[in-house]
Amino acid sequence: MRARTRVTWALGVVAAVLPLAACGSGVGAAGGSVLSSSWGDPQNPLEPANTNEVQGGKVLDMVFRGLKRYDPRTGKAENMLAERIETSDSRNYTVTVRPGWRFSNGEPVTARSFVDAWNYGASLRNNQKNAYFFGYIEGYDKVHPDTGRQTANTLSGLKVTGPRTFTVRLNQKFSSFPDTLGYAAFAPLPRTFFTHHKAWLDKPVGNGPYTIESYTKGAQMYLKKWNGYPGPDKARNDGVTLLVYTDSNTAYTDVLAGNLDLVDDIPAGQLKNVHSDLDGRYINTPAGILQTLAFPFYDKAWNTDGARKVRTGLSMAINRAQITRTLFRGTRTPATDWTSPVLGTDGGYKAGLCGRACEYHPAEARKLVQEGGGLPGGQVRITYNADTGSHKEWVDAVCNSINNALGNDHACVGNPVGTFADFRNQISRHRMAGPFRAGWQMDYPLIQNFLQPLYYTNASSNDGKWSNKDFDRLVDRANAETDKAAAIVLFQQAEGVVRDNMAAIPLWYQNGSAGYTDRLHDVALNPFSVPVYDEIRVG
Amino acid sequence: MGRYIARRLLQMIPVFVGATLLIFLMVNVMGDPIAGLCGERACDTATAAQLKREFGLDKPLWQQYATYMGNVFTGDFGTAFNGQPVTELMATAFPVTIRLTLVAIVFEVVIGITLGVVTGLRRGRPVDTAVLLGTLVVISVPTFVTGLLLQLLLGVKWDWIRPSVPPEATLDELIVPGLVLASVSLAYVTRLTRTSIAENRRADYVRTAVAKGLPRRRVVVRHLLRNSLIPVVTFIGTDIGALMGGAIVTERIFNIHGVGYQLYQGILRQNTQTVVGFVTVLVLVFLVANLLVDLLYAVLDPRIRYA
Repeated sequence: MRARTRVTWALGVVAAVLPLAACGSGVGAAGGSVLSSSWGDPQNPLEPANTNEVQGGKVLDMVFRGLKRYDPRTGKAENMLAERIETSDSRNYTVTVRPGWRFSNGEPVTARSFVDAWNYGASLRNNQKNAYFFGYIEGYDKVHPDTGRQTANTLSGLKVTGPRTFTVRLNQKFSSFPDTLGYAAFAPLPRTFFTHHKAWLDKPVGNGPYTIESYTKGAQMYLKKWNGYPGPDKARNDGVTLLVYTDSNTAYTDVLAGNLDLVDDIPAGQLKNVHSDLDGRYINTPAGILQTLAFPFYDKAWNTDGARKVRTGLSMAINRAQITRTLFRGTRTPATDWTSPVLGTDGGYKAGLCGRACEYHPAEARKLVQEGGGLPGGQVRITYNADTGSHKEWVDAVCNSINNALGNDHACVGNPVGTFADFRNQISRHRMAGPFRAGWQMDYPLIQNFLQPLYYTNASSNDGKWSNKDFDRLVDRANAETDKAAAIVLFQQAEGVVRDNMAAIPLWYQNGSAGYTDRLHDVALNPFSVPVYDEIRVG
Repeated sequence: MGRYIARRLLQMIPVFVGATLLIFLMVNVMGDPIAGLCGERACDTATAAQLKREFGLDKPLWQQYATYMGNVFTGDFGTAFNGQPVTELMATAFPVTIRLTLVAIVFEVVIGITLGVVTGLRRGRPVDTAVLLGTLVVISVPTFVTGLLLQLLLGVKWDWIRPSVPPEATLDELIVPGLVLASVSLAYVTRLTRTSIAENRRADYVRTAVAKGLPRRRVVVRHLLRNSLIPVVTFIGTDIGALMGGAIVTERIFNIHGVGYQLYQGILRQNTQTVVGFVTVLVLVFLVANLLVDLLYAVLDPRIRYA
């Protein structure tokens, strides 16, 4: 008897655990011409002014349309919700919103939808990580002061002047301001965003070609085609299911098995067999991403005239062509300027602007490093984060190339940092002792975006604290210039200053890559390396 | 028995506090988590300062820990950086991992013990040699190799399973990942059972049972196996904790959004709240599993009593 009671007791424990294990949430994807696509868990809440990475941006691009939209092929900013944006002095703008646009909950999109959204994004109390995008608008320093409390809740530069018109006053002349308005942070927001914020975050409501039908955080999102969408770029499929993958290798395997329709990040290890695996259903198109090596100019050793020669020497010691060919298998191309080919030549991209300094000339490299007084500290340590993006492989390759060119096995070593967060942390505390990995993904396809945030004195991404009066002056002049072509010439002159000082070593332009199953047609990536979902046809 | 359990439960308190404190310190050593939130650029100082204030990161470390523990006892595990409460993450992650662990344990128990009994009773025969060789291979091949290989063969080449587990992660979809997760432990269980059975086969009580004329099946199951299970139960008990926390590799390969996935993401994003919360629960699971194992001893062997 004794034994029996013990056994029943043990069974009881097991029985108590079982129900815990039995419950699971069921979310079914609809059939028809719905495609599934790989996704990553967005790092921040899905608010337009709070999303600064590609995964959240992917959703915003499907659910929202702003005043402007960047053409998926050319990258040119074209009017979407904007009927016209007028200015006479590059500082005061009058925006007229097109009639007939609605949010998917039926609310009309008005001038107020924009002004309220921008005020929300700029206000310090809302912790929006893209707040600085509103920094050009007058009154930003009041709603988002660097220190202390905000003294205003709304931007004084924004005024609603009619149901469909509002005015924007900037705190400086900025001629390409209208072209920045295609960025997700400038999207309009419906009233329910402000009145039922929590519910909105669980299921965002926008004005784009898709509506969010269901969203299981950390797992999947089902976006359905919105039949009442008034825009010209209606979805050509019935919907998209975004599935979160922890590892792009698994997503790739799922595409091979026909279990997933589209993977938009081909893991580096699969690049050599991708052509045979997918039988041509593989795209590899330029994206607005430039990889560079930045330098700590707060460190005296790197901020001398000799160090300028050393930097140029290092640049000439890197065999970009070989690394991009063997390591990246053509998914990156050697950089010859500080912008990106996606801008196009009339957008400011100028191939070969870097000249000999970005070509591989080992003998000259050795000479320049010697003339510059040798490597500071006798060795360069390239700091990078080792957790993502196969950075270790290319840093090792770059170091190898430098060591060979300089004829010194200890000239260059990699200095890995465990996580991206820690890497950013060390950068912001100015702890870098030598060059460090710097990647720049453009926010909007303008040459200004490749230069000002990175090299202007004290700019938001000027991590090396480089400062040059000539560069700053040229950028100011370019921003004030109303003629677009003239402005681009000035920006390119500023880029020349970056080149002459080798403020950062450009490495390569990065492409976006994607693979898909034979169910899909018309798959393309936009210049932000995001699939153009609304154009994809299924079946 | 009751007093014994009470004493064991009390002993858990210092272990629990010590473990959480250690994790808290370790995650904090990694530095300022806000720096990683703004992509390839510095967060503007005002927003960074405000985020720090909201997450309590501007306070001294001991105060952060005290506040955190105070909240934990009211059931509040904090908020992850994407705005989700950590308890919500747990509610989605733990059921999946528990199901996966359950599948793995079932494999260990059913296959491991059966193979162990069979080989233990037929020592030196071909079947014994074959199984021993098999377990040796399984132990020496790393889990990620087994996982990727099975995924490629069963998922892509032969098309028997989906290469990845869908978000619902029902029991039948977890069979292959569960097998992969269990593989190494399964081999150990086989070997442990085999040795134990082989040793006890010559014990006095087995001879007595045979001499009594009991049927062979009853001798093996009721007398021999029951007494041989103690080391195996110890192993499986501690393995529960290891399987739940150590499923990171398997969960990554099969894209299972369980505890391993949340921990991995939490560490990458340096999200103190997520990491400490999940590890705290894992520590509790480990402690409870150990207690259960100790109590099971008494069930298996009547000579063991707890006062």
